[in-house]
Amino acid sequence: MKRYSLHSPPRETGLALLTAAMLAGMILAYPHMASLRTLTALLDDTAILILLACGQMTVLLTRGVDLSVAANVALTGMVLALINHHWPERGVLPVLLAAPVLGALLGAINGVLVWRLRVPPIVATLGTLAIYRGLVFVLSEGAWINSNQMSADFLDLPRASWLGFTVLSWLALGGATCMGLWLHYSERGRNIRAAGDNPDAALYAGIDVGRSQFHAFVVSGALAGLCGYLWVARFGVAYTDVAQGFELQVIAACVIGGVSINGGVGTVAGALLGCLFLGVLNNALPLLGLSPFWQMAVSGLALTIAVVFNARAQSSGKRSFIQSPARGSAQ
Amino acid sequence: MNASPSPALHWNRALTPLPAWELALVVALLAVFAINSALSPYFLNVETLSDATFQFAEKGIIALPLALLIVSGEIDISVAGIIALASVAMGLAAQAGCATPIILGAGLLTGAVAGALNGFLVTMCGVSSIVATIGTMSLFRGGAYAILGDRAIKHYPESFAFFGQGYVVGLISCELLVFIAMALICALVLHFTIIGRRIYAIGANPVTARFSGIHTGAHRFALFVAVGMASAVAAILLTSRLGSTRPSIAQGWELEIVSMVILGGVAVDGGRGSIAGVVLAVLLMGFLTVGFGLLNIPGIVMSIFVGLLLIAVVAVPRLLSVLRSRL
Amino acid sequence: MNKPLSQSNQPLLTLSSVRKQFGGVRALEDANLELHAGSVTALLGENGAGKSTLVKILTGVLQPDGGEIRINGSSVRIESPRAALQLGISAIHQESVVFGALSVAENICINARPRRRTPLGPLLVDWTEMRRRARILLSELEIDLDPDQPVSELTIAQKHLVQIARALNGAHRIVIMDEPTAALSRRETEDLFRIARRLQNQGSALLFIGHKFDEIFALSNRYAVFRDGSTIAQGLLRDTTQERLIADMVGRIVEQRFPAPNPHLGSELLRVEALSQTPFFRDVSFSVRRGEILGFYGLVGAGRSELMQALFGLQAAQEGKVFLDGDAVDIRSPEAAIHNGLALVPEDRQHQGAILDLAITDNISLPNLHRLGCRGFIRRRRERSATQPLMQYLQIKAAGQHQRVRELSGGNQQKVVLAKWLATRPRLLILDEPTKGIDIGAKVAVYQLIRELADQGIAIILVSSELPEVLGLSNRVAVMRHGRVRALFEYGQAQPEQVMRAATGAGEYA
Repeated sequence: MKRYSLHSPPRETGLALLTAAMLAGMILAYPHMASLRTLTALLDDTAILILLACGQMTVLLTRGVDLSVAANVALTGMVLALINHHWPERGVLPVLLAAPVLGALLGAINGVLVWRLRVPPIVATLGTLAIYRGLVFVLSEGAWINSNQMSADFLDLPRASWLGFTVLSWLALGGATCMGLWLHYSERGRNIRAAGDNPDAALYAGIDVGRSQFHAFVVSGALAGLCGYLWVARFGVAYTDVAQGFELQVIAACVIGGVSINGGVGTVAGALLGCLFLGVLNNALPLLGLSPFWQMAVSGLALTIAVVFNARAQSSGKRSFIQSPARGSAQ
Repeated sequence: MNASPSPALHWNRALTPLPAWELALVVALLAVFAINSALSPYFLNVETLSDATFQFAEKGIIALPLALLIVSGEIDISVAGIIALASVAMGLAAQAGCATPIILGAGLLTGAVAGALNGFLVTMCGVSSIVATIGTMSLFRGGAYAILGDRAIKHYPESFAFFGQGYVVGLISCELLVFIAMALICALVLHFTIIGRRIYAIGANPVTARFSGIHTGAHRFALFVAVGMASAVAAILLTSRLGSTRPSIAQGWELEIVSMVILGGVAVDGGRGSIAGVVLAVLLMGFLTVGFGLLNIPGIVMSIFVGLLLIAVVAVPRLLSVLRSRL
Repeated sequence: MNKPLSQSNQPLLTLSSVRKQFGGVRALEDANLELHAGSVTALLGENGAGKSTLVKILTGVLQPDGGEIRINGSSVRIESPRAALQLGISAIHQESVVFGALSVAENICINARPRRRTPLGPLLVDWTEMRRRARILLSELEIDLDPDQPVSELTIAQKHLVQIARALNGAHRIVIMDEPTAALSRRETEDLFRIARRLQNQGSALLFIGHKFDEIFALSNRYAVFRDGSTIAQGLLRDTTQERLIADMVGRIVEQRFPAPNPHLGSELLRVEALSQTPFFRDVSFSVRRGEILGFYGLVGAGRSELMQALFGLQAAQEGKVFLDGDAVDIRSPEAAIHNGLALVPEDRQHQGAILDLAITDNISLPNLHRLGCRGFIRRRRERSATQPLMQYLQIKAAGQHQRVRELSGGNQQKVVLAKWLATRPRLLILDEPTKGIDIGAKVAVYQLIRELADQGIAIILVSSELPEVLGLSNRVAVMRHGRVRALFEYGQAQPEQVMRAATGAGEYA
């Protein structure tokens, strides 16, 4: 992704090297892994994480956080599965188009709470997390929707292959590229970064911070909605606990990728690398003889180490200690 | 900002009228009692009410020191993860045939170390508490899963069962007693001691607090350890009550516990709040849960309600002040 | 970009009877202002007179409750910052309003990012054009910065220059400069004045808000004086004098007299030897006696505040020794400093000195809690009785002990901070810009207080950027530049020009 400055942080390079090294290690230990199939499988596994991380990153840029993304995925997934179950003859296209719209709506609720009602993002999304999850249960009455209740084209779309990669992977790559371009070249994208970097300055520059946060939540929600369809179709099942706790993986990927929780700092490339890092790490677990139950602990450890690094990097850039934030007379 | 007197003082003088927020909570609590007893004949039964204390005591025990932590400007969402890890530690001790005191010690030690890790990350490494505890949340619960997988530990010594299932005097359960004790300690510390005053200062303005000679790092570290140990206490009670340990124990509890604190009037950015409010919020949520339970509404549906409540608690006051300034 | 000069006598911008109220507080009662094209108008007034409210109204951040604003004769409404920019109103603010995560070029063009239309339709940000415009502007203003550099990597002065460049990007018929020289060195101030004169010649109307009369008289040709939210006087600067202006600002004739320092001093209390904390200060040595007022003068960036914070234990110095009453001490925390009898009234009253959302009494007792308590518990009665006399002594005007500090005026807030530190019964009191941003009446009270404290035998270090104040109050004046003490003057021996030369290094090799 193009960067506006030549002074790019070495962080992303370090992360890329680390991920490549891990991958190389895996291939050296298990030569049968050196195939295109491994790569495509890796990308497939990480695709949903990549899309959600792009959305989360946008929210993080505005100094917010979106803890409701996984619940969003579950809810939209359930709604779309129900629609497909009751009207399979309509095909998959309406579902594909409805997914991001539905998700955007759920994201817009977060956006309005943060923008208009000034609810802190952590409180708003903690609340909607509970509400959306609960609604999945209410809609499904606790029942599961299985693959035999879904139409064939609904299930097949993510798996469909094009030029060696699945539609799922293409959506992830395409989504990430679009996000990167949008954040770099669009007015709204630049405003999002500015608003998170210095909300006071944004006011004077005529940038509406609340509105930028709203945009970010809508984008995050839309991507979560799309992932709702992709998750349910890929795994062939929709139930209350879909993507339970996944929001933490998403935030972890972003933070590992160098996105700052304080806003303004972070790139799509970084988030992408964070996702790939976690993806490779999770794939390496069975090879190391660790059960999948180790996944959570390992990603938690990776996240903890990453945030310590982030914090160190930020504090080493400080110039003077306890510099008062505003010089000049206090009016 | 309203022009009410300083929040650090308001709840201390015996003759001051109850502040608005706590009053609203009392009203809400009475309403819940009224509605619940109207909807179900079993509600006002003394035994039901006594059973109800099990609902909120464990979470309340964590919510109280967590409130102090949030007043100081930090947050800890890894508390449920600490419960899981402490419970696993206790399970392992039980499996190894240790006596009850050792089991308790294992749990408390785990909680203290976990809290110390959180404290270390925030005060020494300079990580923001929300991000740090999101990481440790996965680390702790992940650790529990990694150790136990999909197994469960079910064999605890008989004396262990007292904590979560026993009664001390009449209908006052051990759990309730521990909760009351915790509430008294936290109220004393926050509202009457020097440490409590410093906690308010650190939350309201950490820079000035530091300039005024307050060791902000030490105070916050201590609070993280306190929250960790309180989580361990809750783990003892919960594990004792259930009689078993699973890595999924207390899943999703962090939402409810944080909601209790915020519902209790503690500001998310620190510097404001009272223990009385938190206690009332704990009771409110507890009796709501009981009410929902009696109506056979599953927990996940109740969490919709908790989510709405959490948002309303923050949004409505702001809405009101916006409307008031327009009029 | 600029409209052609309007040669008529009609002012470019007129404010008539503008009012603004916040709750019960009348920030502006009857504000009138005329800005003429091609002139620089100085806006004078004490703190709380309404200057910043006026700036916020002109930049569209606030809406007036009443009155009229006209530009070139037509009535306008400045509804938002964006609207202000579109009307050609540009501002250079006191606070930092730059975006660290963005580049210099983007910061400069933030109000109006250049865009281009793509063949497919959407408007995209045109980075090439942005860089080009930034480069042109930077070279016109003779500012040497790389347009692609992230602003977070710049110094405070450089960030300020970026702000200035931003203000001059786009139409700038009316340019507001709010304390623009606070963060600038002498040379940078001269650069700014040069830019201002250029704008003046181009026909812009400038509004200059400043505190230092020498700058005001050097730059401006018109003036407007605010007091208590209303315009007291306006006109040409050559038709008035500094004394008249001060009188207008205060409402009474005030002689700026400083209580003279006492030549009879006690024994040496503090001795500092070769204290260093690179890159902030190096090889600093000085001593202070009981009852002495040692002034520290210097420009922004000289290292004075950092030196004082190191003395107070906020950050340990790397090298050097500190002695109190002859004993070597190693102070590594504010706690230790207080324990040793030191007190520091910090530069930033609102963020470092007081906790605005707590009550007066909470603030005052904060460093003294161990004295007001008994086995860990706070004795409220003791607290109340300790606070009351302090409030009386310092004449803190408030609705009571329990009023929130946020609601007090700047001068009273500063008094609360002073009270807090006086309550620790210090042997050494360090005052960092104690009269910054408070009105003349309160200043005189603070000078008197400093005098009294010195007479009681407290050793005082006074850090100040106001030369007359530092020269008038101190027994000796130390001048710092670039982290070193360059000169030490005795009372009455320092001529302002000498001090300035030491502070700016003019006429010396670096």
